[in-house]
Amino acid sequence: MSNPSLAVGDRVVHKTFPPISRHLLALYCGASGDHNPIHVDIDFAKKSGYPDVFSHGMLVMALLGQALTDAVPPQRLRSFATRFVAITQLGAELTCEGHVTELLEQDGVACAKLALTTKDQNDDTKLAGEATITL
Amino acid sequence: MVDHSVAGRALTPVTAQVEPGRLRFFRETTGERHPVYTDAGAAKAAGFPAVPVPPTYLFCLEMMDAEQAFEFLDILGADLSQVLHGEQRFTYRAPVMVGDTLRFEPRIGSITDKKGGAMTLAVVETRVTNQHGVHVADLARTVVVLNKAAA
Repeated sequence: MSNPSLAVGDRVVHKTFPPISRHLLALYCGASGDHNPIHVDIDFAKKSGYPDVFSHGMLVMALLGQALTDAVPPQRLRSFATRFVAITQLGAELTCEGHVTELLEQDGVACAKLALTTKDQNDDTKLAGEATITL
Repeated sequence: MVDHSVAGRALTPVTAQVEPGRLRFFRETTGERHPVYTDAGAAKAAGFPAVPVPPTYLFCLEMMDAEQAFEFLDILGADLSQVLHGEQRFTYRAPVMVGDTLRFEPRIGSITDKKGGAMTLAVVETRVTNQHGVHVADLARTVVVLNKAAA
């Protein structure tokens, strides 16, 4: 599934997700093995200085990864990285996007670099990342 | 403050199996419905001998099967209430699939103080190999430690 027509600036990733709920955070706590109480126990979150529980960064990255491999077959993924720019709050309605920033050769293989973002309904950036894919 | 001399220290290795039931729980939780992750036929058509894992699932496998999922915090001298996840990187070198048995070898990488010591960035680097000894991936997790003011 090579895509030689990919060009710099092409928007290849776009996906929106339903609001982040307490139920989702509880499920992700179990499903991910990340049992940090700060994401599910409001008493612990408050004691730690936060007004409420908030999303696991890795849940938000999992959604970005899902948006990415919806658009790019997983066997073409070489690397995937993000910065967690801001805490993702309960109720956040996330939109994941990605566009081509560079065409390059890596170890003799034609690749593309993608810039990725996850933003909430207020257009606040939560994740900023990049992926390298083979063409 | 985080003791900088822990840079380079190895954490306890973790052995994890890619079990279909746990993977299904992760897929259903995140709403992952791409056929390559659910259907062996679709996976084969895409070139995978078995169903592969979604891009961030390696992070979960390491935590699920660790004796102490937050061992790095003990080494950094921090607790859960004062840390945030700053960055995460995955480098994929070979497919990871249902049925694999993976070995995670984490170590503390660089440690850098920021904002005049108000916070410290610590990187945990993890090399992942499979049951055939194939180096399948590398993970790098940057942990932000919010240092408590000196008493």
